[in-house]
Amino acid sequence: MTGGDPGSPDGGIERREALKAMGAALTSLPILDGLQAPGPVAQGTPMTSQTQGVKGGPRGGQWDPDLLHPRKDWPRKLSANELATLGALCDTIIPADAKSPSASAVGVPAWINEYVSAPYDGQQRDLVRVRGGLAWLNLESMKRFGKAFRATSSGERTKICDDICYLPNATPEFQAAARFFDLIRDLSAVGFYTTREGMQDLGYIGNVAMPKFPEVSPEIRAKLGL
Amino acid sequence: MFLTNPKARTTYDVIVVGSGAGGGMAAYQLAVAGLKVLVLEAGRHYDPVLETPMFSLPKDAPLRGGGTREKPFGFYDATVDGGWEVPGEPYTTAPGSEFRWWRARMLGGRTNHWGRISLRMGPYDFKPKTRDGLGADWPIRYEDLAPYYDKTEMLVGIYGENNGLENTPDSSAGVLLPPPAARPAELLTKKACDPLGIPVIPAHRAVLSIRQDATTLPRRLHPDNALARRVLAESMRSRQACFWATECGRGCSIKANFQSTTVLLPPALATGNCDIVPDAMVREVTLDKSGRATGVSYIDKRTRSDRHASARVVVLAASACETARILLNSKSALFPAGLANESGLVGKYLMDTVGAGISGQIPALENLPPYHYDGAGGIHRYMPWWLYQEQLAGKLGFARGYHVEFGGGKGMPGPGIFGGLEGYTQGAYGKRFKEAARRYYGSFVFFDGRGEMIPNEDCYCELDPEQVDQWGIPVLRFHWKWSDHETKQAAHMVKTFAGIIEAMGGKPVGTVQTDGARAIARGGQIIHEVGTCRMGTEAKSSVLNEWCQSWEVKNLFVTDGAPFVSNADKNPTLSILALAWRTCDRLVEELKRGNL
Repeated sequence: MTGGDPGSPDGGIERREALKAMGAALTSLPILDGLQAPGPVAQGTPMTSQTQGVKGGPRGGQWDPDLLHPRKDWPRKLSANELATLGALCDTIIPADAKSPSASAVGVPAWINEYVSAPYDGQQRDLVRVRGGLAWLNLESMKRFGKAFRATSSGERTKICDDICYLPNATPEFQAAARFFDLIRDLSAVGFYTTREGMQDLGYIGNVAMPKFPEVSPEIRAKLGL
Repeated sequence: MFLTNPKARTTYDVIVVGSGAGGGMAAYQLAVAGLKVLVLEAGRHYDPVLETPMFSLPKDAPLRGGGTREKPFGFYDATVDGGWEVPGEPYTTAPGSEFRWWRARMLGGRTNHWGRISLRMGPYDFKPKTRDGLGADWPIRYEDLAPYYDKTEMLVGIYGENNGLENTPDSSAGVLLPPPAARPAELLTKKACDPLGIPVIPAHRAVLSIRQDATTLPRRLHPDNALARRVLAESMRSRQACFWATECGRGCSIKANFQSTTVLLPPALATGNCDIVPDAMVREVTLDKSGRATGVSYIDKRTRSDRHASARVVVLAASACETARILLNSKSALFPAGLANESGLVGKYLMDTVGAGISGQIPALENLPPYHYDGAGGIHRYMPWWLYQEQLAGKLGFARGYHVEFGGGKGMPGPGIFGGLEGYTQGAYGKRFKEAARRYYGSFVFFDGRGEMIPNEDCYCELDPEQVDQWGIPVLRFHWKWSDHETKQAAHMVKTFAGIIEAMGGKPVGTVQTDGARAIARGGQIIHEVGTCRMGTEAKSSVLNEWCQSWEVKNLFVTDGAPFVSNADKNPTLSILALAWRTCDRLVEELKRGNL
């Protein structure tokens, strides 16, 4: 990392510096509150309405949310049991390694719960696929190993996942499960790599203010044959 | 945020409807000229300095910042109360037509979220019919607008470079700001394009790569206007240079990019000559018995009450389609077909930009060490159209060109990252998936063509006789049909891009759709609607004269994209700004001469 800490809660020291740099720009626009002009309908409206001013800023709701204070507080739908099964699957897809922690260590199951609980058509369709997939996973695990998926060993998990991890190779009885697996893989990737730990793993070094945009380094130029 | 001592007037010199590119420029130019200006904006008050989520992270946003019906370009996109839909303000499409209409309901309109790509139209672009017999010529030449391009670029701040290429005009000396360095994928693309004869040059974007010269520029722009120099210098000094992070589409709290709300409206207000009323949805232009405009009637959205505002001159800048809607809805005994519509052309010759694009995976970009990608929050390089002569010789099978917006690399991980990795890894999971993620991160590039559409009889908007919006105003109904010129152009785009990806040693993502009719974006989807009130040299074949003034209502002007006669592949905002400035100069002169 060469540029501080883009993923920390406050964006790191660079963000504070940048906010300081914004000081000079901190002015706001004065705006009138509804013109008081003579007209066929507005006649006789008291002059006071001119002086109230219009408050800026978001008015709330889905079409005009407060972008500086995001809310994602819709009710969550997955049960504790479902989340535990999901956590086991997410960690099978994104386990801890030398460079970064596992999916569940950075809250990926909670992210997927946020996602599938969201009040949108696409997400509600995905909720059915995720719930159905988690139920299938436990049934399959019981059938093969006599225990719930989260109680299986990593070797046992691999046996199931190898059958469903690649849709083009999945046999007919595993097609639905393979679609479920790919959805969880995609959601896990989004959940994981948008965290500070995930961005560090990839080597994303942006979202920091700097005085000049740097030229491509000689090392990269050489690798690209430039 | 409160106006405590408003100088609300009962009448104004000019009413400007809309506060985006055309409205903001009109408000600024007219206010610094000493006129009393009232701006009516259909959306809410919005201040980018206070509201922009500059460094906010996807993980803190709902759905990791992904798009929804209400926030189609993602949670942090600046657009307020809009997108492909505006609640309570629908539009319709005629059977068989597909058209999408992006709107924002906020001060500054769509200037708050746009891509900031600022390309001049060239000499060919003003006289397309003379050149190839199609469409129509503008009543003005490049030389008429060139001084206003220079002035607009100095006013708003554009980075770029003069490359002396055909129909890709240079700016005058000292006008452009230096372009940022290229990113790795931009360099690799250039290397692949050089042997193909495709030029890759610095993009022109409305972003301050360095701070503006607040001493010299106001003098150059307003040599005879002390008020203008004062408010502009003050405005320029309040703007910071880009700090090479955060996406421009969120808006810019340090005012480094161009938004009407940070660049045009603050100096307009600082003159003391300009008032702005937000939440004011204009219904129609009102007239006196002689047919002169007297002002506009509008709805105060917050109280749902009807209001009227009076002025000597009305300027419409509500966006091409909304301006047409206001004119068509301004019906009277004098103008039964709508105002300024004796030609019957209001709403006609609606154009958008041709769009088609593909992505590619480039092995040479895999496993590169970390590098800074964010940059100016948009493209640093682009490809201007390069086949003018082949096209004129009839070798391409379609009449007009396109430019290419492209990029890719190690951007901030967000929604959708690594979707599709299943295919690249044959279903990797576990440690193998994490290794694949490291390998493929930053190795994808995209190419988007943005091409000229030729105006046609089948593309227009009209009032829908069957539906009104929640304010009681008839909604627009869109008619749309691409011609072969556009679909063949789209096919040329994707084939060209596939060739570039191959030359880079990569492979296109998915199957390349070579059927132009399927590859082309839907009408309206590129959000470059222009041309519903075309200007011209005679009243019977145009809505506006060469000064963007109504032929029939002398004190009515239009400063948005509606006057466009053609829609060159150059993104329209810069031309809207330059044309609006020119129109306002004329308006001020005509007022002084007593002609309005």
